[in-house]
Amino acid sequence: MHNCWAIIKRELGAYFSTPLAYVFIIIFLALSGALTFFMGAFFERGQSDLNSFFSFHPWLYLFLIPAISMRLWAEERKTGTVELLLTLPVQTWVIVIGKFIAAWAFIAIALFLTFPLWITVNYLGSPDNGVIFASYMGSLVMAGGYLAIGSCISAATKNQVIAFILTAVVCFLFLMSGVELVQSFFQGWAPAFVLEALGSMSFLTHFNTIIRGVIDMRDVVFFSSIIGVFLYVNAAVIDLTRGS
Amino acid sequence: MPAKNTMISIKGLTKDFGPFRAVDNISFDVKKGEVLGFLGPNGAGKSTTMKMVTGYLPISDGEASVCGFNVEDHPLEVKTKIGYLPEGAPLYGDMTTKGFLNFIAEIRGFSGDLRTKKVQSAIEKLQLMSVMNQPIDTLSKGFKRRVGFAQAILHDPDVLILDEPTDGLDPNQKHQVRELILNMAKKKAIVISTHILEEVEAVCTRAVIIAAGKIVFDDTPAKLKKHSSSGTLDDVFRELTQVN
Repeated sequence: MHNCWAIIKRELGAYFSTPLAYVFIIIFLALSGALTFFMGAFFERGQSDLNSFFSFHPWLYLFLIPAISMRLWAEERKTGTVELLLTLPVQTWVIVIGKFIAAWAFIAIALFLTFPLWITVNYLGSPDNGVIFASYMGSLVMAGGYLAIGSCISAATKNQVIAFILTAVVCFLFLMSGVELVQSFFQGWAPAFVLEALGSMSFLTHFNTIIRGVIDMRDVVFFSSIIGVFLYVNAAVIDLTRGS
Repeated sequence: MPAKNTMISIKGLTKDFGPFRAVDNISFDVKKGEVLGFLGPNGAGKSTTMKMVTGYLPISDGEASVCGFNVEDHPLEVKTKIGYLPEGAPLYGDMTTKGFLNFIAEIRGFSGDLRTKKVQSAIEKLQLMSVMNQPIDTLSKGFKRRVGFAQAILHDPDVLILDEPTDGLDPNQKHQVRELILNMAKKKAIVISTHILEEVEAVCTRAVIIAAGKIVFDDTPAKLKKHSSSGTLDDVFRELTQVN
């Protein structure tokens, strides 16, 4: 797997050789902090947990992850480096996974840097650290889901702005598929099992059970399958759009 | 059965883009020690042919093999044997020259001392010492092209495929690239696409002209010159490729 590792290193290097990494990390930390303390009323709630921090993640990721994922393939297609990459002795799926892991690791770094909040809540009270750890993992896995969708869409276009907007929209639909707004669109004409299936696709529902401290295998399997399916499609899209 | 030292073998190669036939039933072999000049007007199908041989574009019909490996059945083996400089020499602009070549070496499976040696020797051959630690984005066009060239010869491939290697270079740089090609010619099979006719005379042992996807000439540059009434390559090129 030396060549997958080479791709991960190159991609991670690319984040940090441009201002992108620093801008992203600073904005992520500033926003997640601001949301936790002001919107989430971290102090006023008087509870020693990080719910007010984690409950904003699905919304934060909705526009921050597409900003990461939009360049993954669209940029390579625009500059032509995709031709270089695909004529090197590496299978397409290795490149897809390498790029995904690099972007995911980058998000993990940003997420890790929120640790002062974890320390704070331990200083102020005695939270259930197991739940907090599970929530961190849940947040990371959900970010992976967003990212896989974004990577797949990025492979379908040369235009990063289009990749950004489409990813945000598709992620929004996945996020909200359990909520009235989306459900009401299908109510009345779609059979009940469709509504149920749609509801079960909701990122929000799955993430909320995780941050409540319930580690249900179904939620883990859900996000893992989202990642698997979209990365599979991602590789197929690359083979379809070669040379165009 | 192709001869023992046949490195590239193309039989009935065809590429369709929708209803448009870009490459139409092309066949030729390239032997070790040959430098094949692939000529033709813009849009004749030169790049498309090269992209099929390097495994970037899927083949519509016919077959191509490199060092005995069929391009479609053994893409990885073929890609290991080929050094490829795509048109316009796309590169990762955010990386330094050395970082980029290290990445290519790593993906090609070199590690440790061997990798350092391969990168060092490519840097020396292309005289890139002065820009080793500069980001590729900041380099002049000539240097960029040389970095692309370095990337193609790094693993000392048996087959070199160069899509317009001297395009956009100044006369000195052109001369340098030609010297380099001549130095490597004996041990490799080299295919160069170009529309600079003097280049064919300077480096090629064989000229293949294609127009509208079909081969219209395949012989030595000297014979090509004899074809012409005025004795210049320009005239015979025009006569052969002009579509009425």
